[in-house]
Amino acid sequence: MELVEAIILAVLAASTPLLIAATGELVTERSGVLNLGVEGMMIMGAACGFAGAWLTGSIVIGALCGIVAGTLMSLIFALMTLGLAVNQVATGLALTILGVGLSGLIGAGFVGERITPAAHLDLPVLTRIPLIGRVLFGEDAFVYFSLALIVAVWWFLYRTRAGLVLRACGDNHVSAHALGYPVLRIRTFAVMFGGACAGLAGAYLPLAYTPFFIPGMTAGRGWIALALVVFSSWRPGRLVVGAYLFGAVTILQLHAQGWGVGVPSQFMSALPYLATVIVLVLLSRARTGGSTAPAALGTVFVPDR
Amino acid sequence: MRKTFVAAVAGLLLAGSIGAASAADKLKVGFIYLGPIGDLGWTYQHEQGRLALVKELGDQIETTYLEKVPEGPDAERSIEQLARAGNKLIFTTSFGYMDPTLKVAKKYPNVHFEHATGYKRAPNMSTYSAKWYQGRYIQGLIAAKMSKTGVLGYIGSFPIPEVVSGINATILAAQTINPNIKVKIIWANTWFDPPKEADAAKALIDQGADVIMQHTDSPAAMQIAAERGKLAFGQDSEMIKFGPKAQLTSILDTWGPYYIERVKAELAGTWKSEDTWGGLDSHMFAMAPYTNMPDDVKKMAEDAQAAITAGKLHPFKCPVIGQDGKEVECKGGTSLDPGQILGMNFYVKGIDDKLPGK
Repeated sequence: MELVEAIILAVLAASTPLLIAATGELVTERSGVLNLGVEGMMIMGAACGFAGAWLTGSIVIGALCGIVAGTLMSLIFALMTLGLAVNQVATGLALTILGVGLSGLIGAGFVGERITPAAHLDLPVLTRIPLIGRVLFGEDAFVYFSLALIVAVWWFLYRTRAGLVLRACGDNHVSAHALGYPVLRIRTFAVMFGGACAGLAGAYLPLAYTPFFIPGMTAGRGWIALALVVFSSWRPGRLVVGAYLFGAVTILQLHAQGWGVGVPSQFMSALPYLATVIVLVLLSRARTGGSTAPAALGTVFVPDR
Repeated sequence: MRKTFVAAVAGLLLAGSIGAASAADKLKVGFIYLGPIGDLGWTYQHEQGRLALVKELGDQIETTYLEKVPEGPDAERSIEQLARAGNKLIFTTSFGYMDPTLKVAKKYPNVHFEHATGYKRAPNMSTYSAKWYQGRYIQGLIAAKMSKTGVLGYIGSFPIPEVVSGINATILAAQTINPNIKVKIIWANTWFDPPKEADAAKALIDQGADVIMQHTDSPAAMQIAAERGKLAFGQDSEMIKFGPKAQLTSILDTWGPYYIERVKAELAGTWKSEDTWGGLDSHMFAMAPYTNMPDDVKKMAEDAQAAITAGKLHPFKCPVIGQDGKEVECKGGTSLDPGQILGMNFYVKGIDDKLPGK
């Protein structure tokens, strides 16, 4: 039983950065903008988040630094793709390259330092409930925040007028523009939200997961977050399923190796990707069928030309 | 996809990294690094070696390094770039640079090349590596003494001979202390992914391992062990900062003496193509201070280190029994021969797991 609890705890932690980054990207893409720079924004969030926490000794300030760094990165992207109408794919890729390089520069002075990681919740009585106590009340705050965030995003997208307008921009920016909505401004906010989330997701790694900074420590998680958005067919609910499934299979394959089940480890390492793709494809086939991508995703919009 | 970007980044960095100005008559020495010099592991230690070299011979030589050079076609271009820039001795510091180095070596017969951890040589291309399994043997002794549960946790990168021989040396040593010792092995299938390395360490500890050893590059596993109050060994470099109460010791790659020796030979005009496979005796690596253990365990570790250094103790002393219960052919007389160790692709008896791909 203790092992089950330990596995669930590890899965929650492993899934959280993916979920946060993917939540941000989902909003960005729902507004019609494809930002492939998630990895770059994440690693910047990691470097700046660690720097902030190390300098001030505060995890909260570290997290804020990560958010600010991710947002600033996304503003560069917004300036290029929304302001100057540059190709979004190329700009996103460039943003990743920039982020990887710049974060190495910023983080260089902090390599080899360590901080006290984010504290885990410890509520009287509640955290000590057998089996579910530590899962529901004993993880670090980021884990619960990420769940609150995706619920808030779901509510925003489907239950508010602003969310409807944002989705309209993503599906048909010409119509949204004709109705008088400021498409570019809305998209800028969506891109910034995506940047803030990616920055926070990146900061989660050095602040709570492995409390030190090493260049390149996000190790491709930004790309996984991007893929999760696609395979969730841009739905918040499926995104949660996808992120936790990916995290669960990642952790379980490690345990399976430890138990010595005798399946080649190379296959085990590929399993999270396989399982997530298959399940999410099945999910989206079952209900709707066909493409559910925002219709205007990745297209440049220049008003009045 | 990610590799492409790493490649692109490396390409961008190349322009910046080749900064060293050229003075006319100094010997130019080049280095190609796989990771960033701040990786706190493999590349960091090579950089420390280069710094030691500069400190020793800085007035006679000029060094250049290229970091984050991906293995593969980009490596060839980077190595050639160093050759064309007038470097007369070039160290390529990762296994995957083997073929690119050989190719460039054939093109530039007047330049000398040194390739780390490979096995292909040419008249102007040497190879060098270290017998890390000697250090792993000492770690195995310590681990068996320190483990209360009798279960060791081992995080592997890829199932290549270097890593497999490390696992075998560890378990052979551990069995001399506790014949029933168990080892749980998790392959991360990466050299560097800190969160994944941390996940692997968590999984091992959750499954009952109380001493963690790793053959991946970041201090993540050490840090998890420290957090959970378990013990661990560092990798490549000193990691005690990440586990002041957890690190037992660490195998430290010390390339400095070798780099100094080879550059001196180059300066004297006596450089020859050689295959150097050094151990504790030739200072190719060192052991970090033995910490967080009682004095008798420390003494045992120091004695074993002295015996290995003196050549009295060989980790792969015959008979070596394979996982199938059969004795492994003893090609080296009293111990396995270098070829058998460098190409090791079997587990020894006592490991329950199956070697991937076997």
